[in-house]
Parts: sequence; C-alpha cells; structure tokens
Amino acid sequence: MKNKFVKAIFTIALGSALLTSCKPKNSSDAVSGDAAQKAYVAPGKYDEFYNFVSGGFSGQLSVYGLPSGRLFRVIPVFSVDPEKGWGYSEETKPMLNTSNGFVPWDDLHHTELSQTNGEVDGRWVFGNANNTPRIARIDLKTFKTAEIIELPNSGGNHSSPFITENTEYVVAGTRFSVPADYDNGDVAINTYKENFKGHISFVKVGKEGEMDLAFQIVTPGVNFDLSHAGKGKSHGWFFFSCYNTEQANTLLEVNASQRDKDFIMAVNWKKAEEYIKAGKGKKQAVKYAHNKWNEKTHTATSEIKNEVLVLDAAALKDICYMIPCPKSPHGCDVDPTGEYIVGSGKLAALIPVFSFDKLMGAIKDKKFEGEYGGIPVVKYEAALHGEVQKPGLGPLHTEFDGRGNAYTTFFVSSEVVKWDIKSLKVLDRVPTYYSVGHLCIPGGDSKKPFGKYLIAYNKITKDRYLPTGPELAQSAQIFDISGDKMQLILDFPTIGEPHYAQAAPADLIRNNGQLKFYKIADNNHPFVTKGEKEAKVTRQGNQVHVYMTSIRSHFAPDNIEGIKLGDEVYFHVTNLEQDWDVPHGFAIKGADNGELLIMPGETTTLKWVPKKVGMYPMYCTDFCSALHQEMQGYVRVSPAGSSVPLTWSVGTNLPKATK
Amino acid sequence: MKNLTISGLSKILLLVTGALFAGALFVPMWQIQLEAPQYPEGLVLQLYANKIGGDVEIINGLNHYIGMATLHTENFFEFTVLPYIFGTFGLISLLLIFVAKRKAVLLFLISYVVFVVLAAVDFYRWNYEYGHNLDPNAAIRVPGMAYQPPLIGYKQLLNFGAYSIPDTGGWLLTAAGILLFLVVLKEYKFTKNPQS
Repeated sequence: MKNKFVKAIFTIALGSALLTSCKPKNSSDAVSGDAAQKAYVAPGKYDEFYNFVSGGFSGQLSVYGLPSGRLFRVIPVFSVDPEKGWGYSEETKPMLNTSNGFVPWDDLHHTELSQTNGEVDGRWVFGNANNTPRIARIDLKTFKTAEIIELPNSGGNHSSPFITENTEYVVAGTRFSVPADYDNGDVAINTYKENFKGHISFVKVGKEGEMDLAFQIVTPGVNFDLSHAGKGKSHGWFFFSCYNTEQANTLLEVNASQRDKDFIMAVNWKKAEEYIKAGKGKKQAVKYAHNKWNEKTHTATSEIKNEVLVLDAAALKDICYMIPCPKSPHGCDVDPTGEYIVGSGKLAALIPVFSFDKLMGAIKDKKFEGEYGGIPVVKYEAALHGEVQKPGLGPLHTEFDGRGNAYTTFFVSSEVVKWDIKSLKVLDRVPTYYSVGHLCIPGGDSKKPFGKYLIAYNKITKDRYLPTGPELAQSAQIFDISGDKMQLILDFPTIGEPHYAQAAPADLIRNNGQLKFYKIADNNHPFVTKGEKEAKVTRQGNQVHVYMTSIRSHFAPDNIEGIKLGDEVYFHVTNLEQDWDVPHGFAIKGADNGELLIMPGETTTLKWVPKKVGMYPMYCTDFCSALHQEMQGYVRVSPAGSSVPLTWSVGTNLPKATK
Repeated sequence: MKNLTISGLSKILLLVTGALFAGALFVPMWQIQLEAPQYPEGLVLQLYANKIGGDVEIINGLNHYIGMATLHTENFFEFTVLPYIFGTFGLISLLLIFVAKRKAVLLFLISYVVFVVLAAVDFYRWNYEYGHNLDPNAAIRVPGMAYQPPLIGYKQLLNFGAYSIPDTGGWLLTAAGILLFLVVLKEYKFTKNPQS
C-alpha cells in the first residue's frame, strides 16, 4: 500500500517537474502572430458559437461567445442569485426545493446540449447538481432554468447529465455509493461492501423537455465518475466509468488506487427497457422533488414523488457488463461514429481505446475473465481496439473533431494532446496554463462535431493574470484546431470553476425562436395586475398583497400607507412593458432577501417583513429609461395596532391621515 | 367631340386602376420610420386606410416623455371614411369602363388630385396638432421644440430620426393616379377625332 502511495506522489512530482521544464518563458512564446485576429470579433459583430460553461462551485451556468470569449449571461440554476431574485422571489423558491427542503447552493459540473439524431439541436441544455443530486433543464428560448429533478439513492451526481442521441434519456450516476434510500442508512460506515450500493438513473425526456425518472439500475458499491451514450451503431448502450472498485470507505486517494484496473460499465438500456416491459423492475419507496417552471403563471411548482422503479444489474442478465480500464478511469468518451470508447485513467500513462464491435463480439463469445458483484467482466484485450502509448500524464477527458482525431486533456502534464483514433498515433501537443481539466469542441461529443475551435478549461492560473489575493481566477483557453497544429489564440478568466462545457453554432440557437418578452395577455399569474387601473393593495389578516405595476418610469401604486409592524407584505410586481430589453427592477429598504428583476410581461413577487416603524423607500434597480432615477416610491410602516388606514395611490397626494 | 368613347387599352388601364384602389385597402399607405440609438432595429408607425399599425404601443410609451398625446385609431374619423373612399374610387374606375367617356375619366382624375391635396393637408394638420399640442407637465420640455414629423422626408426629433414616406398602399395609390393620367393623356393627345 505504501509503495503505491509513494509511486503516486512520485508521478505527480515528476509531472510537476515536466510542467515547469516545458513552460515557455512568457505567454508570447505560445502565441503566434495572427492569434489576435483569429479571436477578434469586432464590436457589434456576433460570435460564431455559443459556449455553455458549467460554473462548478458557483452552481450556475455561464454563456460565452466563441471565439471572442465574451461573457453574455450567467444563468442561475442550482444556487440562489439575489441579483436576479432566483431563489429569493416567491415564484422561484420551489425550483430549489428538494427532499431535504430548500437547498440554496450546489455544484454544477457538466453541461449537455439536447440532440436529435446525434446532432446538437439547440432546444435545451442540461446541467447536473453534484452535491444534492439533481438534473436541471435550461430552456434555450428563454435562457432560463425550466425544470429540476432530484435523484434518489444517490450521493454526488457526477456522471451526469449526459444524453442519448435523440435525447430519449438524460442519465445520472452516483459518485458516492450509499445505502439506498429504501434501505436503512443508519449503518456503520465500514460496512461499505455489504450495505453501500451504486444507482444509475435514467431520466426520460419528453417532447416538450419534461423530465421523468423512468428507472434506476442498482449496482455494486463503487464510485461512478463520468459517462457518455453510444451513438450510431452503439445507440442503445451507455458507458459509465467507475473507480474505487476496491470499495474503500476512507482515504480513497490511496485505498481506491490499489487495483491496476477499474471498470467502464457498459449498460444496454434497450435491454433494461425490455425488462421493465416484462415487469422485472421493482418499485421502491423513496422521496425526491420534481420542480417545474410555468411560463404562463411565471411560477414554479415543486412536487415530491414517492416511488422509483429499480432494476438489479446482478439479477437481470445482459443489462450491464464491466470493461477493465486502467487506473481509476475518469473521462469516458465515445467518438462520433459510435465505434470507439475512450477511457482515461487519471493515474495511467496510456489511453485505452475500446471497440464497440469487439465488445459485442466478446459478449457474444462470452470472453469473460470473471464477475464483479454478479456483473460479467469482459476480458480487457477482447474489447480493446488499442492503447495510445506515452500520450502524457494524467489523461482526463477526450473530445473529437469529426475528422478522425481525438483530443485528450492531461491534468498532470498540463497539456492537450491530439491523436489519431484509428492508428492511435500522437499527432500534436500543446501546453495549457495550467492543469487542464475538461475541454470542449463545439458538438465535440456528438455525431457531428464543428471542429474549428477547442477550449481547454484550466484549474490553475498562478501567474497568468493580475493577482487577486489568495483566490485566483480559473481560466479557459481557446485553440484554433482547423489546421494540423493546434494554435492558442486567446485565454480568458471564467466565473466559478469551469468543468465540462458545450458549444453550438450561434445561428442554431439565435434562430430557435428566442423569446423577446412575455405577452401580458397570456400572463396567468394569480396576482397579475394587467393595467394601472387594476393596481391595488389588499389585506388578509397580517398578510398584505400589493398588486403593483411598473412601466417607464413609475410604479403604481407608489405611495402606500397602513402597513403595520408584524405584517408580511407581498409585492406582486407586473412589468407592463411589451418591448424587448426593458426589464424593471424592484427593491425596498431592509428587505432580508434579494431584489426582483422583472422581464416585460412578467409578474414576480418579493416578500417583505418590515422590522421597524418608519418610512421605507422603494425603487427600480434596472436602469430602464431617462427617468429611471425618478422611478421610486414610499411605504409607510406604522406600529402594530395603529389605526392608519390601508391606502395607496399614484400621482395624487393622499389625504393626510389623522394619526 | 361630345360622345368620344375611350379605347380598349384605356379600359384595361382603368381595370388595373380599380384593382390598385382595392389593393390599397389591405396594405399600409404611409409609414413613419423612427430610428434612435436605443432602437437600432427601428420603430415604425404604419397608416392603413382603416387603422394605425406598427409599433404604436411602444411609440405611445415613448411619447409620454415629451407629453405627446397617445395615438389611437378611434381618435381619427379618417380611418372610418377612408376605406369607403378607396372602395368608391375603385368602383368608379370600373364604372368608367362602361361609361367609357374620356371626359368622365378627366373629371375623375381631377377629383382624385383634389382628394390627394386635401388628404395631404389633413395629414399635415394632424402632424402639426400632435407635434405641437404637448402636455405642459411633460418630463422633457425643450423650449421652442416641436415634434411635428415631416409631411414627407426626413427630420431629426431629439434622439429620433423620423422618415415619413409612402408605404406599399401609398405606391399603389400613386400608380393609380399615374394610370389615370396616362388614360387621360392617351385619350386627349394621341386619339385624334376618332368619330368625326
């Protein structure tokens, strides 16, 4: 055990030494003359690609343009965002509901664009929550999180949200195996081998995108890491990398690095569907939240579901097969033809490439070397197409350019290596600054990559940018890969920590029917105010509802009196504008949550509980017009039991109240 | 001279003229295009025979800054009578095919020209009215500034550039006028004493 540990340390040290030795003296060494021209998008011109980048520990999804690297928008997904009222407005709170109640933060690692026939189609982008396992669907007409589904029996939803070639399913695999929610979880941690189970989830995606947890497959307890669907000839299969097949429950960096080979688990999901039709699934009692955004009511609903269908990978034959893969595989990537499956062992010094045809042959001829927890283990050589020899140190992820080339990132040796899928020859290598994790080629995990740019997402930036104290920016680096040699053309800092990202041609999304504003006539919010004449304030006990409108450049009402200490005030603000790019904001002094940003035609609610008697200003926070600074009002708060009547107005001074 | 009938060609032209008048009922006659830094895509006000179209709501929203009255179709009696006028013009054009007297065509052309002049005066009057009759409590008051759009052509109004030009219907009506003129020209100039 100690020997392995020493070896690992030595490998990393060696890697770091290599990294320093091949580091150019300064960045200009790595950038050639026409790089700026290639990344330059003139002011007012559009980028060629949208880049949907995971925010990592920010929990959000950022949208950049390629090749300029300009940030367009940060879409709040799993973390609250007071700027946009996400998780603070009454309407958005249910989106972050889980079986553990309201969860304000998560860790979004991977993005995946919806596909039709294996090609990116520009309808939705999915994201995973790593901490409290969930999958989100973001609508690309509104760039808004439309749906979030929680995953039971899981801990650390890492191998997600990867999809099948017609977006039939979006999958999830538990990183932490845990005792199932339908079993007793109150067991000793060192009973991992008997009590801890892995569950991988298949979430059905409907025509309108609606998600439904169709089934889960229970496996021996391991760590599932990443996954990708088969495509073309391998459509119907899904491949999940897994590590910790040692089944350690402590000090995994040593204890889960013991075996020379862990596995890529091949899942025949069409077979699983057959078993379900035959009634072989078992309904298990669990609890998970399913949250949906309604564009007509501008409100989310959260439903707690109580049941999931579970298939047993050991009992039901021919669903799962294990392919041995060296040294704790991380990335698990399938080439555009669907024939080659690339496993990346984090500690390996080679890249194994498996052949789907050979795998099918091996299964047919039963070329097995044994079983793992009741699942047949295919002989390594029987499924192997070949190994890329000496590619670099610490391979992590691979994407494809559609021209027969693969591009793999190396964390330890901090580089991207281009190699030929068929001949397995290394063709080119470029350094990254520093320690690249994921990479993205537009359409790079689909049947149809747009192999013009490659973006590397780096974990360490050290001396790359002006220093900002102990915490430094993470970065993305864009390479032009249209020629034989990869060429660095730009790097830029990112929000949060970027993990996986996807990109699609700009026109595909720009012309998908982008929504410019919500039609006020279609607004079915229960507290909508469709015109200033309908503006009012009502009281039910200590609940006060303000039906408020905003239009350039005033609120109606903008004077409110008769609020008393102990009241809960709900400002239901309807933006009456019916034009593009005219949001209004709403903020009131002392609010202990966030602001509202209300899109044209939308109604949004801020709950406000005043804590002190006095005069409270409110104002528009989004610079809406030349008279934005005039868009303001007052709320008078009186002591509990005060006789000041509830009154409201706009444009006229209220008669002076006597008390 | 008195009973001169018009030629076959002129009858065809009159048929086309009738169709042009009918067509003008369905497409905007006039447009005022507005451009500003904040509206790179532009805004447009379209005047149909029977209504105001285009980005009326947005323009009304903007006009409150300068205190201009909001535009509503029902505030203009013109939109109730114009469809009948164009309809009548169309019918007259067809009728003239059967009447087939060149003098009648000449009379129609003269009355059409008078109508156009009156319409232009009316349009100017409304432009003046809306451009000058401003709410004294408006947020933006520029001394001496009026917001009257040009009768035809371009004018800068604060941050907005206004282009007042015919729309499809306007061109159809123009074509109708030209055709009528051609008929008159042909019958009076190029047809010599056909019956005497």
